[in-house]
Amino acid sequence: MGLLNKLDARIEQFESGNIIITSADKLMNWSRLSSMWQVFFGLACCAIEMMAASASHYDLDRFGIIPRPSPRHCDIILISGTVTLKMASRIKRLWDQMPEPKYCLSMGSCANSGGPYWEHGYHVLKGVDRVIPVDVYIPGCPPRPEALIEGLLKLQEKIRNQSLAKITA
Amino acid sequence: METAEIYEKLKKTFTEGIGELKTNLPVNPFFFVDADKVNAICCFLRDEESLQFDNLSCLSGVDYDKDNLAVVYHLYSYTLNHQLVIKTTVPKTNPVVRTVSDVWVAAEWHEREAFDLIGVNFEGHPDLRRILLPEDWEGHPLRKDYKVPDFYNGMKVPY
Repeated sequence: MGLLNKLDARIEQFESGNIIITSADKLMNWSRLSSMWQVFFGLACCAIEMMAASASHYDLDRFGIIPRPSPRHCDIILISGTVTLKMASRIKRLWDQMPEPKYCLSMGSCANSGGPYWEHGYHVLKGVDRVIPVDVYIPGCPPRPEALIEGLLKLQEKIRNQSLAKITA
Repeated sequence: METAEIYEKLKKTFTEGIGELKTNLPVNPFFFVDADKVNAICCFLRDEESLQFDNLSCLSGVDYDKDNLAVVYHLYSYTLNHQLVIKTTVPKTNPVVRTVSDVWVAAEWHEREAFDLIGVNFEGHPDLRRILLPEDWEGHPLRKDYKVPDFYNGMKVPY
């Protein structure tokens, strides 16, 4: 059973097969990591790879990752491209509008550290982590959809091992 | 029509304000015109029956040398299928060029870009404000002597 495998080895199953017992954390984490809704926006060429990953060939929907038109619906923000100083304040605002718990993926060299603009890019923020906290950095210029998916799986792993009770306490 | 012919035609119409024609360059032949004559010359280039420059392909601001800025106009005529490059220079101390946005509407945004990045002021432009950089940006970053600020709105800029 796929669902039971995904939950935890510690779950108990009763003979009738209709009742399972697990910890609240495990159940919450499993449902959170299975529906990571993303903020519907893209920044540069990385956004093209992100769109490719969302489209039918790579199909991010199978991980429950769908773009939402409002940050208030979202769990993750994918910084897919060059963050200009003009855009940085907008990203900060989107991030502030997202409800907790929320996660940030920095996709590609530009969002990670300024990329090819690191020296002469007077208009580029040298890494989105200067304005919002980043959970996963995905290297590449731009990263292929496979790399993006690996980054998302890393984030799933992070969520799986968190405890919401501890975060909110 | 070749650039040389267009040049001669302009010379006949405008007695002054037109520099010498530069040819045999790795780029298109061009000539300089006086900054205060740009608008009149462009009007003529557009309206003259044998020229009909109905399209401004590109308008670029350039940090030309130590003391001067330049504006480069790439013109094209769809009707007659010929092209022309004209340039004008203005001193950095008072970089004012008469706008051509009333000759070709396309110039409006090009001139805003030249103003934004190089700092050329276009006299008579209907809406001369920054087009790419944020409105509260200071300076014109494509100037050779531009210094990158340490901070912009609390965000560190250098690597």
